Amino acid sequence: MPIRTQLLDDRAIGRALARMASEIVERCGGTESLVLVGIQRRGVELAARLQRLIERAEGSRVPVGKLDITLYRDDLQTVGPRPVVGETSLPDLDGRAVVIVDDVLYTGRTVRAALDECADFGRPRRILLCVLVDRGGRELPIQADIIGSRAATVPGDRVDVFVAELDGRDAVELVRGEPK
Amino acid sequence: MTGAALGKDLTGLEYLSPDQIRLILDTAEPFKEVSERPIKKVPALRGKTIVNLFFEASTRTRISFEFAEKRLSADTVNVAAQGSSVSKGETLVDTAKNLEAMRIDMVVIRHGSSGAAQFLGQRIRSNVINAGDGKHEHPTQGLLDLLTLRDRFGRIAGLKVAIVGDVLHSRVARSNIWGLTKLGAEVAVCGPASLMPRNVHELGVTIIPRIEDAIQWADALNILRLQLERMQGGFIPSLREYNRVFGVTTERLARAPKELVILHPGPMNRGVEIDSDVADGPHSVILPQVTNGVAVRMAVLYLLAGGSPDWAGAAGKGEDH
Repeated sequence: MPIRTQLLDDRAIGRALARMASEIVERCGGTESLVLVGIQRRGVELAARLQRLIERAEGSRVPVGKLDITLYRDDLQTVGPRPVVGETSLPDLDGRAVVIVDDVLYTGRTVRAALDECADFGRPRRILLCVLVDRGGRELPIQADIIGSRAATVPGDRVDVFVAELDGRDAVELVRGEPK
Repeated sequence: MTGAALGKDLTGLEYLSPDQIRLILDTAEPFKEVSERPIKKVPALRGKTIVNLFFEASTRTRISFEFAEKRLSADTVNVAAQGSSVSKGETLVDTAKNLEAMRIDMVVIRHGSSGAAQFLGQRIRSNVINAGDGKHEHPTQGLLDLLTLRDRFGRIAGLKVAIVGDVLHSRVARSNIWGLTKLGAEVAVCGPASLMPRNVHELGVTIIPRIEDAIQWADALNILRLQLERMQGGFIPSLREYNRVFGVTTERLARAPKELVILHPGPMNRGVEIDSDVADGPHSVILPQVTNGVAVRMAVLYLLAGGSPDWAGAAGKGEDH
């Protein structure tokens, strides 16, 4: 039987996001040239929340974009095409400090694809990576700059992120021992 | 989603389920946006080699496929029948087997014989996409017409679509009839009796002999190109006569109870099957059809390139972050 453990509840997620929002502004030296880019799907919701938190603290509304990396994946041959490719809509990235926002950082392959895709839309001044959960297990030399929480996991584990906008509740859960 | 995968080839809409047709249309949506990007290219088909094998003249379809292929980063080669070994008498299968020996992944074929795409698909390992075979089907045209109608009306089910003109010789008509009826639209055909296939009602369509009545009935008209070479075949007395009896004109459309959406697969014979005012009018979606053609072809290429037919099961999982 797979075991499901809660890593973060709604209040812990709220605190993590508040800290991440202020870290983003701090790392980028203000909100001047800041752009948040959420990776489909839950990264999009998290980016929107960070936007609101930054607005509350700094009084300015930073632009937010959405990125679907499906067409930049490197595994079309092994897993086949994704049936539904999400929306990509990005503000101007040229010369901006772009913060890529995703729910979970694992192998790093999604981020690799996101970096390639961003490069096709413009030339940001710098790109930062911001994730709610870093679960380790990288397969590429990629690291996050801003992290909500770290989770110790083993291969085969799954980290589920639930966001109220899509799932009706906020939580991060670890699922261990799921049959392959 | 299971069961919606497309399989190896796309030879006609007759062989697709409603779910498979919807999958292609849904997949085409995000591809529209790719063509609006500053760099109109995504790496999804990087390393794939695609041969566009055109045994019949084509401008729009070939260019549309080529744009779709290039925007997905595939490598493409165009082979036209003229100037190739085909004109020296090489058979279709020999041509394709030779191409396959050069390790290609997909063939887009247009051919004058009905069934050519299927014939080829059964004999080579590469994916085969039908870009028009004789009087049989032109599935990507059917799909782009469906996408354009869905954009305009928000749905296909319940729509009344009249296909006007030379239905007998039209693969576009046949693909439209299959696609529209599978997605729940009502389809009527309208044109000279000499250009109506026998037993067309067996495809689930109504025959409306007069264009005035078709205009009263329909939500959208798909006006077929009058293939001028049919004149020699004695199917119609003259172009002027055809225009007088079946031409879609502003005057005729003015009597419609509602604004009709106008489709035409191109190339148009202005002043024959369609008047210029209608072609360039506010309800014409002829250019959106062309734009959607690239998106639909990207979707088909992408879905077929995925290969393994059991991918649908894996799709929900692989969130590898």
